[in-house]
Amino acid sequence: MDFQISISGFVALYVFMLAGFAGWVIIGRVPAILHTPLMSGSNFVHGIVVVGGIFALLNASTLQEQVIGFFAVLLGAGNAAGGYAVTDRMLAMFKASDHPAAHAKSGRVKSIHSKKH
Amino acid sequence: MFPFIPQMAQLGIGVTDLAAALLFLYGLHRMSSPVTAPSGIFVAGVGMAVAILASLLYAFGVSEAAKPNLMVNLGLVVVALVLGGGAAWWSGRKVAMTAMPQMVAIYNGMGGGAAAAIAAVELFGGKAEGITALIVTLAGALIGAVSLSGSLIAWAKLDSVINKPLRFKGQQVFNGLVLLATLTVGVYLVAATQDKSLLVLAMPASIYLFFACALALGVFMTLPIGGADMPVVISIFNAFTGLAVGLEGFVLQNPALMIAGMVVGAAGMLLTLLMAKAMNRSVANVVFTNFGEVAKHKQTSIKGSLKPIQPGDAGIAMRYASSVIIVPGYGLAVAQGQGKLFEFVKLLQAGGVSVKFAVHPVAGRMPGQMDVLLAEAGVPYDMIFQLEDINDQFAATDVALIIGANDVVNPAARTDKTSPIFGMPILNADKAKKVFVIKRGEGKGYAGIVNALFYGENCDMVYGDAQAVLIKMIEAVRGLGLPAVA
Repeated sequence: MDFQISISGFVALYVFMLAGFAGWVIIGRVPAILHTPLMSGSNFVHGIVVVGGIFALLNASTLQEQVIGFFAVLLGAGNAAGGYAVTDRMLAMFKASDHPAAHAKSGRVKSIHSKKH
Repeated sequence: MFPFIPQMAQLGIGVTDLAAALLFLYGLHRMSSPVTAPSGIFVAGVGMAVAILASLLYAFGVSEAAKPNLMVNLGLVVVALVLGGGAAWWSGRKVAMTAMPQMVAIYNGMGGGAAAAIAAVELFGGKAEGITALIVTLAGALIGAVSLSGSLIAWAKLDSVINKPLRFKGQQVFNGLVLLATLTVGVYLVAATQDKSLLVLAMPASIYLFFACALALGVFMTLPIGGADMPVVISIFNAFTGLAVGLEGFVLQNPALMIAGMVVGAAGMLLTLLMAKAMNRSVANVVFTNFGEVAKHKQTSIKGSLKPIQPGDAGIAMRYASSVIIVPGYGLAVAQGQGKLFEFVKLLQAGGVSVKFAVHPVAGRMPGQMDVLLAEAGVPYDMIFQLEDINDQFAATDVALIIGANDVVNPAARTDKTSPIFGMPILNADKAKKVFVIKRGEGKGYAGIVNALFYGENCDMVYGDAQAVLIKMIEAVRGLGLPAVA
């Protein structure tokens, strides 16, 4: 059996299109108050590039490839670890009011999108 | 001896990458509320961890040429993972919340650099087979390299290593030429691989030249952009890195990279557009025009005068108000006054005053930074309101307290058609019955225009450093010795 993945031509475009659409819809639902952790969180997600770096480095056959591959893994690992560390820290800071009364009183006004004045 | 091992390794990688892609999407989906968001990043983190562990299985299927190096390469992978991951984790745990934009810029640059490095390995090794793969590799390399060098410049600006935007005449033409040069080398690389007779410059040298041009483009693109436009720039580079990762994912035939990269690319694009909309400018306008200099135009003359008031008096007036909306701007963060501000707010709340925070989308140096800074100071998120949710409430509010914000409350954006910020959505603080403005001096805002709000009948100015002013307000209110309302 062969489990080799092969994505070419239009299949790749379909993958890109669906992923792009999913990203747009999912991110569009994130409230503005979370935009910084969202950005660092999506930053963390593209840290998956480290997997590509590992593949490249393991397949390196010359010294040059080894050096560049090493940097790919180094930078990718930094992207992933750093992105996770800061996102986790920020999200832990968002707390609701202690007293439930205040919570109900300041219940968010769901207004129609940005009225022009 | 074990003929099935390479296939089993492939199966293992395939299954974990599929799971990782799903976990990323689900994790980001959980970020749609502050309640579920912490578990969301954890879910995505699990996806990342299993994907990285599974990628070590690539060792069972390396190419013949790389087999003699396998042990060394495996060692290098582990060292790079520990060094890069460890250093970034340590810095991410330590960094101050005010320094978050530059930290995110660095991490983002690292991702772009990693994508560019993968492309470099493919190019130098001649591994990209076929013209499509080669073009996609080059596109990913270009975008990744621009994101790397551009993010580093953005970091330098945000960290005040570079203090002034670097601008010169014909800058856009120059940047256009750098882009053209990069593309020319790219086209040459494609042509020379297809037809060896076209070879005039050795391949490795051309590849170096390509990366040099791409890196230079990122530097020159970012240098002229001013500090307050950084929310847009950071979002753009975030989108760029995502796109580069997605493209390299296609080259490596790794759908997890393709999906994760494109999801982030779309997310970055969306945030970029949101930020540009909040400034009432197009993305092209932010990147290609020198905003501060365009703003030199005739000021409409403003009636009235600036009326200074003592911090204590303003503090006491707010204690006797029944509702206060606070508009925090970047100046508050510069003065590190968030903690004192919340102390003051708690004092008002104890006296029965209803207090809310109104945050403009571009308050801070990256999207949503002010919300994070308030959260860090302990402000519950249900007290923080975004522009469209609170703008109608100013008219029914006793006091609007503006701290270190200027352009985002300038009514000229609504009324003065000649103003450079005309049309920008602003917080309607001027509609409150009383307005207090805490400001360091009489200076103008980033856009370099006079703020009519400050001259209004209902507005008093409290001059001084935000933190020092808030300390005086706290003392004055405490000095009243009023009992707290239950």
